Amino acid sequence: MARNVSTQRKLVITVVAWTIGILIFFPILWTFLTSFKTEAEAIASPPSLLFFEWTTENYFEVQSRSNYFRHFMNSVVVSFGSTLIGLVIAIPSAWAMAFSPTKRTKDVLMWMLSTKMMPSVGVLVPMYLLFRNTGLLDTRTGLVIVLTLINLPIIIWMLYTYFKEIPGEILEAARMDGASLAKEIIYVLTPMAIPGIASTLLLNIILAWNEAFWTLNLSAAKAAPLTAFIASYSSPEGLFYAKLSAASTMAIAPILILGWFSQKQLVRGLTFGAVK
Amino acid sequence: MNLRTFLLGTCSAVALAGLAQAETLTIATVNNGDMIRMQKLTDAFTSKNPDIQLEWVTLEENVLRQRVTTDIATKGGQYDIMTIGTYEVPIWAKQGWLLPLDNLGADYDVDDLLPAIRSGLTIDDKLYAAPFYGESSMVMYRKDLFEKAGLTMPDAPTWDFIADAARKITDKGNEVYGICLRGKAGWGENMAFLTATANAFGARWFDENWKPQFDQPEWKNALDFYVKLMNDAGPPGASSNGFNENLSLFQTGKCGMWIDATVAASFVTNPKESTVADKVGFALAPDTGLGKRGNWLWAWNLAIPAGSQKVAAAEKFIAWATGKDYLTLVADKEGWANVPPGTRTSLYANPEYQKAAPFAKMTLDSINAADPKNPAVKPVPYVGVQFVAIPEFQGLGTAVGQQFSAALAGQMSVDEALASAQKLTEREMTKAGYIK
Repeated sequence: MARNVSTQRKLVITVVAWTIGILIFFPILWTFLTSFKTEAEAIASPPSLLFFEWTTENYFEVQSRSNYFRHFMNSVVVSFGSTLIGLVIAIPSAWAMAFSPTKRTKDVLMWMLSTKMMPSVGVLVPMYLLFRNTGLLDTRTGLVIVLTLINLPIIIWMLYTYFKEIPGEILEAARMDGASLAKEIIYVLTPMAIPGIASTLLLNIILAWNEAFWTLNLSAAKAAPLTAFIASYSSPEGLFYAKLSAASTMAIAPILILGWFSQKQLVRGLTFGAVK
Repeated sequence: MNLRTFLLGTCSAVALAGLAQAETLTIATVNNGDMIRMQKLTDAFTSKNPDIQLEWVTLEENVLRQRVTTDIATKGGQYDIMTIGTYEVPIWAKQGWLLPLDNLGADYDVDDLLPAIRSGLTIDDKLYAAPFYGESSMVMYRKDLFEKAGLTMPDAPTWDFIADAARKITDKGNEVYGICLRGKAGWGENMAFLTATANAFGARWFDENWKPQFDQPEWKNALDFYVKLMNDAGPPGASSNGFNENLSLFQTGKCGMWIDATVAASFVTNPKESTVADKVGFALAPDTGLGKRGNWLWAWNLAIPAGSQKVAAAEKFIAWATGKDYLTLVADKEGWANVPPGTRTSLYANPEYQKAAPFAKMTLDSINAADPKNPAVKPVPYVGVQFVAIPEFQGLGTAVGQQFSAALAGQMSVDEALASAQKLTEREMTKAGYIK
């Protein structure tokens, strides 16, 4: 009997989990399906889910109109670059705040988070002028700098919470054995925090990949990443939903695949320290 | 000796490469059909001008507007040519942000540009932007539904006729709605339509002293009429419908009439996209007998930002893209129906174009009927038919549009929406210094 209940419970949980999963994934699935429709079928009502004439013409059209590879490379450089630089800065600062907190550490952390609360558009003009004067407009370097700065508070916060879970005694022991500060961080702390660092890395790559405000406003032709690639297919006057869907699918595919392969790491990192 | 020869050779090769290096023009543009077609045809330009290369930045209209405004206001210099609308040209030209187009070449034929379009781009007798395509608004209707209901659409209908016909055609059981109109809030969405329509009802945004006029009976008539008509004969959820949503409804056979941009004509008559392609008729935007038709005027134009380092090359490109030869080039490659409309008188005199584009005459008549300098029945202190060409209008238009969209959705009454529009416009105009 007990076994029966448990099977039933399992069934309910499975059904609920699948329903939620499909609900969350549905917009992406819909975009994917629409990208294989003709423009007329894309707006047809009622819409057809699977029984339509599949076509790849949108992908050819998108490919012939824009340089996908250049946008893709820009996205890769900008998101990986900004995340790696961010990690290099954030690991020592999170270490300092986690293991040698001062009276003001909490305030500093709050202050860092508060920079995320300001609407980006509020500083658009000063940032634009700074970029213009330093010749950083429409360069990958400029985008890497701005995305590093934007994501730094999140990286530090995430690493700080992971580091807090690591017993300080282990680091003390390393110190007792004569490890220098750098060695302590590189050889003792970092390997222990790998799941946390990995999930921070992945999450920030995703955030940087999707960042659309600064990447659109500070780039033009040369450094424009995939966000600009998608924006070039949206139009208030004309229905290009199928082409827009094809462009969106091409833009999200790499990050989706990356997330797919690293989901174990991502979930492990995100729930790291959740149960004490 | 060998080394010297090698070095000399290398140096001269580098020098030659430097000389031959092409000038690159970065062009910011919108993702509209005609613009995309132009991008595909630019080989014709670059083969004649091998020293000029083109780099395109295509963005969605609102993103583009924000992007180019930031760049030009800060003199960022990211673009050599910008695609801007009729709304921006007079404001930017007055700010000194645009260069006058003085050297478009002897065979450009400026006088061939449609006078209504040209006047909107000319400030102090100087042309500040060259029109790439122009549009007005008109009625698109389903001939089959009209025939079934025993109605005949006049070439120049009145609003009373349109409302009557819309109610007769509506068959909600079969998802056929008499009329589809914009309801989505935005200065370029519902307010473009409502401002133009209000002109036909004798309303205006401001009096001669910049005092907002939403408390006047003309606005109440116009908005009442619109809300009632849409409730009786419009599609459900109309308050979130913009151009694209209505285009989709019309193309799938759910609208009896649609009053919107003339550029929609080529979409709804295209059998590849539209299920009603062979059943569409056209008429002028309706009036109420007061002497103004509710049809707007818009053009997408190419302009050169002040401070540009590549003026000569940019002018060469603009002259090519907006010149007469470009129209012939599109006609040769893609057929006359795909030629960018609404910029040149000679196009409308061309019998081949008239034959290929059944909407040609109506487009021309609509553009000619629009008068941006005297848009309303009563005198106004501003320029613009479906907008007010002042920098504050984007924010104002959208805020007022939200009130009117809420009235359409039934979240507030017409009176409340107008009172709220009046209040917020008065506040903003006082703050901006128009009202002393």
